[in-house]
Amino acid sequence: MGDTTRNPVTWLGSPAFPTAAKTALADDQLRRNLKHATGLIRTKRAGAVAELADWEQLRLSGEAIKDDVLANLDTYLLRFEESVTARGGTVHWAKDAAEANEIVLRLAREAGADEVVKIKSMATMEIGLNDALQAGGVTPIETDLAELIVQLGNDRPSHILVPAIHRNRTEIRDIFKATMPGTEDLTNEPVELAAAARAFLRRKFLSAKVAVSGANFGVAETGSVVVVESEGNGRMCLTLPETLITVMGIEKLVPTWQDLEVFLQLLPRSSTAERMNPYTSVWTGVTPGDGPRNFHLVLLDNGRTDTLASTVGRQALRCIRCSACLNVCPVYERTGGQAYGSVYPGPIGAILAPQLGGDMHDKHAASLPFASSLCGACFEVCPVRIDIPSVLVHLRAKAVEAKPRYSPEAIGMAAMSWVMAGPRRFHVAQRLAVAGRLLSRGGKIRKLPFPGSKWTNSRDLPAPAKESFSAWWKRTRG
Amino acid sequence: MPGGSGPVADSHSRDVILARIRGALGDRPAPRPVPRSYERSRDFPSVLDLFAERVADYRAIVHRVTDPVEMIRSTLAGKRVAVASDAPPDWLVPDVTWLREPLTNADLDTCDGVLTGCAVGIAETGTIILDGGVAQGRRALTLLPDYHLCVVRADQVEGTVPEALARLEPTRPLTFISGPSATSDIEMDRVEGVHGPRTLEVLIVDGGTA
Repeated sequence: MGDTTRNPVTWLGSPAFPTAAKTALADDQLRRNLKHATGLIRTKRAGAVAELADWEQLRLSGEAIKDDVLANLDTYLLRFEESVTARGGTVHWAKDAAEANEIVLRLAREAGADEVVKIKSMATMEIGLNDALQAGGVTPIETDLAELIVQLGNDRPSHILVPAIHRNRTEIRDIFKATMPGTEDLTNEPVELAAAARAFLRRKFLSAKVAVSGANFGVAETGSVVVVESEGNGRMCLTLPETLITVMGIEKLVPTWQDLEVFLQLLPRSSTAERMNPYTSVWTGVTPGDGPRNFHLVLLDNGRTDTLASTVGRQALRCIRCSACLNVCPVYERTGGQAYGSVYPGPIGAILAPQLGGDMHDKHAASLPFASSLCGACFEVCPVRIDIPSVLVHLRAKAVEAKPRYSPEAIGMAAMSWVMAGPRRFHVAQRLAVAGRLLSRGGKIRKLPFPGSKWTNSRDLPAPAKESFSAWWKRTRG
Repeated sequence: MPGGSGPVADSHSRDVILARIRGALGDRPAPRPVPRSYERSRDFPSVLDLFAERVADYRAIVHRVTDPVEMIRSTLAGKRVAVASDAPPDWLVPDVTWLREPLTNADLDTCDGVLTGCAVGIAETGTIILDGGVAQGRRALTLLPDYHLCVVRADQVEGTVPEALARLEPTRPLTFISGPSATSDIEMDRVEGVHGPRTLEVLIVDGGTA
């Protein structure tokens, strides 16, 4: 039954990107918050990357290691399963979101938990785990500061690394004051806001029986799992509860322990622009006397194998979720993440969400590959060299193929090919186009009549020249 | 609700996913050999100077000492401090109330701090790595207290990330610590002090006592 359910990687009922972008662009506060935050992180990242003379070599290695993982994914998954099991962990396999949610809910109930503490995890956000747990009578508590802000504000995430990037400190203070007991006198100083979260969550950490996490990396050779974080909420979740459930996308593997030496350099500098993030935890199965007594690992497909089948698109599975591409993207900086209508916003989201969702007939998903100017900044900063512009173009073709045969675009293109097939027709058309100047003002056409309005809804059209090139040639040289 | 996915459903999905992967890789992509032309080690003028500087960059407090005991006494005197059961006896100076494992979470949550050693340090990134070995204890020990004093011996400090990882046993529970607990979640600006210890103090021991 899971095969026919909708993939929650995109949010149900999201408008197509151009519509959502229009709303977002009208929000001045949002644009100010985003410009400030992305500007800051761009500059810092450039500095952190410039410190390493061998950055390009590290990128090339990172790309090749991930390509090897994808090309031999079955082998590495089986090796990983064997290593985790040998060290006392239990491995589960989930075809899709519904199945993964069912497994986690069942395990949480079996552990007798009515509450679970959660580490920020893109995989669990992608499958909509929180809603599934809540519906099953288990309350999920997000413990990452930004996730907590999103959860308490009854909001949606807008960034891979900093889900509350669209909120400034004053908005965050207001959310805390409205939802956390004893915060009446809270100021908007980040140090105070962090302290409020610390006090609020400490009791939860000490009483939780079950924690749910994602994973940044899984090492096939050893069965080790790696979580990279800043605040220490991850360490709390990975260490204190008796049962730990980790949901991990099947593409998150690296073959060997040594391979981490590449990714532990690439990820922090690309992500938070630090030489190293404050905390990285590595655990392998269960260690007696230290940490959880039960460790469950849920391996998640949810559209990844479909993505793997595309020779152009599969490189999206190299992604290590650093979010550098969001921070440099001119489109993201202006619209913010929520306009993408998916847990994966920005350039990587525009290629990942439609592929994981696997349905280009969905108008919203099909609009995402067009949310780009193809400037290429995302490719330049990507630590695993995902050629996002090429995948965007490839997916645009898929989106067009999925459209009905008689869409305005298809009719327009068919008409164009008829016109261009004969020189006489072409000359007539050119003269007609010059007449199109009548619609312009200041050298631009802002609104064409239907079906041309489909084009001008999302962009201005330069007015045609007064004279076509061939007419000019005839007049001056002919 | 569906009747739950027991091990049977799980193992069915395992077969399905593996079959999907093999189907998706029908083109048999042959990846290039992995290039490893990045630098495994770098020519730092002084690894120890760099380590001290980079740890301090995270707003951790750093001291260079030849013998840690005097500094342990002056830093911790009068406090209630947790230690691993195998902490070196000479660290346990009399002016401090030592809380030795086994300790409860409540003990750790209410003590003044924790004193540990470490396994490996990374100079380039200012990172300390704990592996649960001698004088380090289990992971919760360095997590719940609000203050962490960590003793790092000169011979434990490596220059780069690759050099440090090569010294570790990956199947031990590992914690990489780079400065005090922090967040960049508010306007992408780093703020020290969220859930882990809000103060990290590091004693770099150089000379004699190794």
